[in-house]
Amino acid sequence: MKNKFLVLSAFLLVWLLLYLNLNPITDIIVYSIFGLEKNTHLTNAIWFFIFEVPKVLMLLVLVVFGVGIIRSYFSPERTRKLLGGKSLFAGNVLASSLGVVTPFCSCSAIPLFLGFVQSGVPLGVTFSFLIAAPMINEVALVLLFGLFGWQTALLYASTGLLIAITAGYVIGRLKLEKFVESWVYETKANRIEFVEEKIPFNDRIDAGISAVKEIVAKVWLYIVIGIAVGAGIHGYVPENFMASLMGKSAWWSVPLSVLIGIPMYSNAAGIIPIVQALLEKGASLGTVLAFMMSVIGLSLPETIILKKVLKIQLIGIFVGVVGVGIIIVGYLFNYIFA
Amino acid sequence: MNLIKVYGSGCAACKKLEAMCREVIQENNLDAAVEKVTDIQAIMKTGILSTPGLEINGKMMSSGKLPTKSTLIHWIQDNIN
Repeated sequence: MKNKFLVLSAFLLVWLLLYLNLNPITDIIVYSIFGLEKNTHLTNAIWFFIFEVPKVLMLLVLVVFGVGIIRSYFSPERTRKLLGGKSLFAGNVLASSLGVVTPFCSCSAIPLFLGFVQSGVPLGVTFSFLIAAPMINEVALVLLFGLFGWQTALLYASTGLLIAITAGYVIGRLKLEKFVESWVYETKANRIEFVEEKIPFNDRIDAGISAVKEIVAKVWLYIVIGIAVGAGIHGYVPENFMASLMGKSAWWSVPLSVLIGIPMYSNAAGIIPIVQALLEKGASLGTVLAFMMSVIGLSLPETIILKKVLKIQLIGIFVGVVGVGIIIVGYLFNYIFA
Repeated sequence: MNLIKVYGSGCAACKKLEAMCREVIQENNLDAAVEKVTDIQAIMKTGILSTPGLEINGKMMSSGKLPTKSTLIHWIQDNIN
């Protein structure tokens, strides 16, 4: 027990020292060890790569570890209990926030949807959860924070929450229960209560470590490729390559990005290289964030899975409401960051 | 007869859990059968909300996560006859 805390503290200390000194360390590697000439395109690209890869991966390890520990306090069963009997608006806010911290995999979307609805969680509240859970995730936030700064990450998280709350609220107000397949309401799900065991903090540390192993193993390659792409175009592709297509002046770029993004399916790590390339080359922030949100938040495979329990009209309304929300956010950002 | 049920559709963790159960039984020479339940209605009846769900002799042990192998060995050994 004591040992684990010692190891953890030592790890955090080393992490912090390394992270704060990445800049000089990169300088030493690039200029002293490789002996590259300063301020050429190639040197800048290599410097960018050597600096960004450890930076983003280190952030990812730390955040995924922290989130892993936080998530060990939550479970879908517990979230359902918290959401039961909540009124519409308060329920939407709570469901969206819980969507961020409850462990969720889109492969569990159906049992989760059924379990919520059948035990009396309102339809709109359930949707708030289903929208927030995939859209606001730790990998997306780390990448936005690491590559574009904390403002962008915060904006993404807060507007993502806003969309989940509003879209769920609208779906709730529209009274769409008739578009849920009828057998859903006919079966009553059993509620299960897991014995609330007191998990020692030691085990939660293990939960954090296994989250790091699982997630970092899944996404590190995308991130390295993404940064390599970013480094490659850093000095080589003309600065305003995308400006005319996805810049602020092109009003149609926001809805178009969302339309392209919906059928695309990717995790946050896979989409970041594209996001980075687009931003770097003059696409505007609102347009790019709208694209990213529609790729991560609305996906064709997930809607096809949902077809088992929802009639096509409700799926249409779901995609429509969320899509409109994302478009509004896109315009808002383009307006704010004019 | 001891019965271990793994609830879950095609998700990667579900397949992994089923394989782990079989492994534990074989390695420890235990007398138990492993059954994979993929029917969504049957899954919902148990009350779990995320897959994979693990049930040993009628007792639901966990849902939505993959236990470590040592935890799984404990669970199985403690709950079968």
